[in-house]
Amino acid sequence: MSTETTATDAAHGAAQVSACVNEHGSAIGMPQLCADWMPNQVFWLIVTLVVIFLVLSRIALPRIGAVLAERRGTITNDLAAAEELKQKAVEAEKAYNDALAAAKLEANKIVADARAAIQKELDAATATADAQISAKAAESEARISEIRAGAMEAVTEVAKDTAKELVAALGGKADARAVTSAVTARLKG
Amino acid sequence: MATEAHTEEGSALVFHPLDQFIVKPLFGDGPVQWYTPTNVTLWMALAVLAIVALFVIGTRGRAIVPTRVQSVAEVMYGFVYKMIEDVTGHDGVKYFPYIMTLFLFILFGNFLGLLPKSFTTTSHIAVTAVLGFGVFFVVTAIGFIKHGFHFLGLFWMSDAPLILRPIIAIIEVISYFVRPVSHSIRLAGNIMAGHAVIKVFAGFAAIAAISPVSVAAITAIYGLEVLVAFIQAYVFTILTCVYLKDALHPGH
Repeated sequence: MSTETTATDAAHGAAQVSACVNEHGSAIGMPQLCADWMPNQVFWLIVTLVVIFLVLSRIALPRIGAVLAERRGTITNDLAAAEELKQKAVEAEKAYNDALAAAKLEANKIVADARAAIQKELDAATATADAQISAKAAESEARISEIRAGAMEAVTEVAKDTAKELVAALGGKADARAVTSAVTARLKG
Repeated sequence: MATEAHTEEGSALVFHPLDQFIVKPLFGDGPVQWYTPTNVTLWMALAVLAIVALFVIGTRGRAIVPTRVQSVAEVMYGFVYKMIEDVTGHDGVKYFPYIMTLFLFILFGNFLGLLPKSFTTTSHIAVTAVLGFGVFFVVTAIGFIKHGFHFLGLFWMSDAPLILRPIIAIIEVISYFVRPVSHSIRLAGNIMAGHAVIKVFAGFAAIAAISPVSVAAITAIYGLEVLVAFIQAYVFTILTCVYLKDALHPGH
């Protein structure tokens, strides 16, 4: 397609805009090495670099730097605040534990006091009751022995009478004195 | 180089892998003067617009909790800032806007160049040479301003054996002056080669039998080029930081 380029090179000298492009618009040699285009590239490159530099150094980089610094500051502050809150929580827990221990101590003291008081009352009541019981027991014992004595006497009486009656009923003449001594002897035996 | 591509084997195969790098006036067909608005102007302006959109419009909320666009801008800011701090130390940070300018221009030039029908400004040696030699001259000037004659100690290895020092000095001087050349050719070469390869594969797509292979290859190379677009911007920037470090701290 372009083999005839060399033949027509001279002919289209007027139409050709660059020594680096043939009449079909294809590159002759490496476009990178075309000296005709280099001033253009260098000029626009410098313009571009200056614009990018100004945009970055005037607007973009200070702004991003400020945002990053602000974020770092915020994070540091938040961490400090969190640390402080944690410290407070630890303190609160300690206060709570202290209060709990004090309350426990107090409660134990109250319980001990109450127990002692109750014990005292109980001891007093026990002593009173013991005294009453022993008094009652003594009284009862006296009564019982009294009753027992009374009963013995009655038994002797009844036995004598019964014996006299029995003797009379059996037709004997009851000798009161003999009967009495017999009964007495019997009862003793 | 391109003339070889012009010798067609068949009428179906048309290879013009380098035509994408031609500089054309935007208006009319006149000659390209130094001030003519060309496709170079257009694609550099688009890079500027993209940078403004991302870094000025995207961050106008100044949000403590960033929006998506703002967080992209912040990530790029942090990426370059940290690179400078890590490589050159804290006194390099005042050159941050300059290095950020270079990084963003190359990054956006590379990525905009990956759009179909676009013109890749960073594939031109004229552009990358200005960047590379600009860095070279600025860094050398900084070295002499900061350290005066002591800056030449960069070439004089005081911890090497005395006999070897002149030889090492010669090697160091040569490598120092080769820096801007490799710095600029690395970028332009990588970008240009990738774009040319894609165009060559695209030329093969005209043959129906191999067009699926061709399309698959274009896809694969395109993926590689996306990677290269970022890596070359990164490499250019980090080498700038390394050269700046040499200027700020010439002692080895």
